[in-house]
Amino acid sequence: MFNKTVKELSLGLAQGEYSSVELTQHYLDRIKEKDGAINSFITVTEENALNDAKAADKTRAEGKGSEWTGIPFAHKDIFCTEGVKTTCGSKMLDNFIAPYDATIVSNFKTAGAVCLGKTNMDEFAMGSSNETSYFGKVINPWSDKEQLVPGGSSGGSAAAVAARLTPIATATDTGGSIRQPASLCGLTGLKPTYGRVSRYGMIAFASSLDQAGPMARTAEDAAMMLNLMAGHDAKDSTSIIKDVPDYTANLNDSIDGLRIGLPKEFFNEHLSPELQSILQDSIKQLESQGATFKEISLPHSHLSVPAYYVIAPAECSANLSRFDGVRYGYRCKDPKDLMDLYQRSRTEGFGDEVKRRILIGAYALSAGYYDAYYNKAQQVRRLIKNDFVTAFEDIDVILSPTSPSPAFGFDSKGDDPVKMYLEDIFTISTNLAGLPGMSLPAGMINGLPIGMQLIGNYFEESKLLNVAHRFQTATDWHTLAPKNI
Amino acid sequence: MQWETVIGLEVHVQLATQSKIFSGSSTQFGSEPNTQASLVDLAMPGTLPVPNEEAFRRAIMFGLAIGADINKRSVFDRKNYFYPDSPKGYQTTQLDHPIVGPGDIEIQLANGMKKTIRIHHAHLEEDAGKSLHDDYHGMTGIDLNRAGTPLIEIVSEPDMNSSEEAVAFAKKLHSIIRSAGIGDGDMSQGSMRFDVNISLRPKGEEKLGTRTETKNLNSFRFMEKAIAHEVDRQIEILEDGGTIAQETRLYNGDKDISRSMRSKEEANDYRYFPCPDLLPVIIDDEYIESIRADLPELPDARAIRFVEQYKLSDYDANFLADDAETASFFETSAKISGDAKLSANWVAGELSARLNSDEITIQQCPIKAELLGNLVLRIKDGTVSSSGAKKVFEVLWAKESDDVDAVIDQQGLKQVSDTGALESIVDDVLAGMADQIAQYQEADDKKRKKLMGGFMGPLMKASKGQGNPKLFNQILAKKLNN
Repeated sequence: MFNKTVKELSLGLAQGEYSSVELTQHYLDRIKEKDGAINSFITVTEENALNDAKAADKTRAEGKGSEWTGIPFAHKDIFCTEGVKTTCGSKMLDNFIAPYDATIVSNFKTAGAVCLGKTNMDEFAMGSSNETSYFGKVINPWSDKEQLVPGGSSGGSAAAVAARLTPIATATDTGGSIRQPASLCGLTGLKPTYGRVSRYGMIAFASSLDQAGPMARTAEDAAMMLNLMAGHDAKDSTSIIKDVPDYTANLNDSIDGLRIGLPKEFFNEHLSPELQSILQDSIKQLESQGATFKEISLPHSHLSVPAYYVIAPAECSANLSRFDGVRYGYRCKDPKDLMDLYQRSRTEGFGDEVKRRILIGAYALSAGYYDAYYNKAQQVRRLIKNDFVTAFEDIDVILSPTSPSPAFGFDSKGDDPVKMYLEDIFTISTNLAGLPGMSLPAGMINGLPIGMQLIGNYFEESKLLNVAHRFQTATDWHTLAPKNI
Repeated sequence: MQWETVIGLEVHVQLATQSKIFSGSSTQFGSEPNTQASLVDLAMPGTLPVPNEEAFRRAIMFGLAIGADINKRSVFDRKNYFYPDSPKGYQTTQLDHPIVGPGDIEIQLANGMKKTIRIHHAHLEEDAGKSLHDDYHGMTGIDLNRAGTPLIEIVSEPDMNSSEEAVAFAKKLHSIIRSAGIGDGDMSQGSMRFDVNISLRPKGEEKLGTRTETKNLNSFRFMEKAIAHEVDRQIEILEDGGTIAQETRLYNGDKDISRSMRSKEEANDYRYFPCPDLLPVIIDDEYIESIRADLPELPDARAIRFVEQYKLSDYDANFLADDAETASFFETSAKISGDAKLSANWVAGELSARLNSDEITIQQCPIKAELLGNLVLRIKDGTVSSSGAKKVFEVLWAKESDDVDAVIDQQGLKQVSDTGALESIVDDVLAGMADQIAQYQEADDKKRKKLMGGFMGPLMKASKGQGNPKLFNQILAKKLNN
């Protein structure tokens, strides 16, 4: 049962093969049995889930509900869920029971889906390996002899889906936090166009880059999820007023004649031969379906990581100021005055990577450095965006690697944070440009999955899902599962 | 040495919107602490600001009222600092792209001179909450009801050279804000707060001296006192050969003392940057023109109308037109009395003097405009004399009655205007004043005028103060000149 997709489970529920309670219990049992070794959940909401499942069964029995009614899933612990602990992977919010639902959360609730719990993540979504979570590292279910990272920051969502502890999970992506873990865990993940999905109730890391999206095994499930997630929200003034298409409608469209660009800057000599050959095979596959390929240039892409590591920390330095120990969250013991309350609550409540980024951000915004760092980074951001705009003048989709390598070992990046930052070298530029990007399984290296990335023009998620689905119709990389599940 | 004072003002004005600038919470004043603090106002994780169009409308109204440029693209920035009444850890404000660009405000001084004060810009921002230090036994309470109330901060150029000018400017701003309905301007509730930048320079010198900023003055009187205090303080330092430290100061109006709050070195680096949760705000001409069309009458235009419509003097017209409440008080009483000039005299004279001495506003005035209109009507139709009317005014002010005619009757202030009765009084009085009559009749015209007064006293006495002086005059003149 746990290998079924949402599409299949929905059919099973509709045909009465099993009830939502049975299905939910099945996943709850799997979490109990398996997650001790994986640590993909921070909170399992067993009671809520079973209650919701009961209600879903009742709804279906009455002949009402949607295709989502009774489908179990999990939320990344970055989304506020009313009455449920919402930690964002931080000690700072270890005691925080959210008083309201994020828009995404209420969308899934309204559709009748059953939330199993909240998944682990890098603290405040800052990391590419899930090592920065206050609630312990997440183990990639594909690990064999050596424990490997699931990627980050949505590592808990990715690991939980890969281990079949949930059919799907929500995730968020600020610089690659959906796509890179999807690549490392053999999943299909999509970061929508900036503004396509409401950020209301999603705890902010870098507001101009953050975007929520689906983590699934198939493009079809991702499309179903995006149908639930996308749309304007009056509570988020950066969400865009634009009709939401049915993302499942064009999955099977022919890709004959589709023009796919290959950025020469991403296909360089640093790419491993294994990944090179996986991408070549993928290209051939899509070519066999009629897609045409051409080399394109994104001349400023080498500047994306430095620009990102000014803009994202700058925004986070202000976004995380509200965690001050005054109104909610962690407060230090016996503060002797206001300054002490602030300093110790934040020193004790935040982990090292979060502090590092707050410091970098505050520095980049400080008097005398603003022009050299923040302003310059914004200028670079515009150049990067223009590169894409130019490229999309005569192509439909871009294909590139998602991550430089498959899953790696814990602590393998050493003490140099920049090595970890380079994990996102292929994904960051789409966040800077606000474009949609997705990762889907493209092959295996040394028994570990690795993804390829598709980048689309603004609001062309449908086209990405179409290409991904066509690829998945012809290949079975997305069906592979870790051994020990 | 002769010193020249240079003053610039930063004025925070709460906008009279129903809800906050970035959340749907009410902006009502005086509610129980934190009952008007929504998830957004509490800066709950994941919450986002949604701009309130009404705040923009009112800011644009202000810009139009002072003839300023309205910036069609304005940008919100984050001003970062930690304080418990700032729940997000930053204030959302506008730094480089404010909604209102440069404009002018004309002030009138007591000597009748006019002066133009330039406005540098006005920007939209959110108010902070309040820290309550008194009631919690060594702890501080936080009330976030005010957090997120929309403000415009109006920044003047350093164009004022005395506390009189600064107060005149502040009053003019207050009058525009209230007249246009931009804010309620209620300073006792903190709806309008003044920060005063003051520096001195030797007279004739062009370069500005080092300035201090005195923050959060919330009445015209404290502002006047604070400026006098700060100017004295700076003069003393400079005359002793010292230098002024650039700093922010707090003034205690009750004790007339000030202290340094923070020096330039201690000043925060606010690390401003554009708020990524809010898109740049783009407005078009059509929108601006629709607001202009709805703009109520402003003080300057009203003063011109008063001169034309009621034939008031420039001074009276400006005085009455300055404040929407005073203007409406005047117009109501003028309509009832049918004598605009006399109404103007009473509102600008007796009434304003009493309001000042009792330190109350015209909204708190115990005599309503209609009632004053009735009183002026009785002066105009001769029922009561001016001096009698003053006695009636006292009764009305004390709220002992709200019926002008009844008071006139009760107090026996009704003038006798029956010429027969008056004539017989004149005859009786003149019968005992033969010497004075002779003296009068020998005098030339010039002297006669003076001597006439000598008869009025005894006449008023004889009529127990109730004789109509105008008529007495006419009868006297007729009799004496025979």
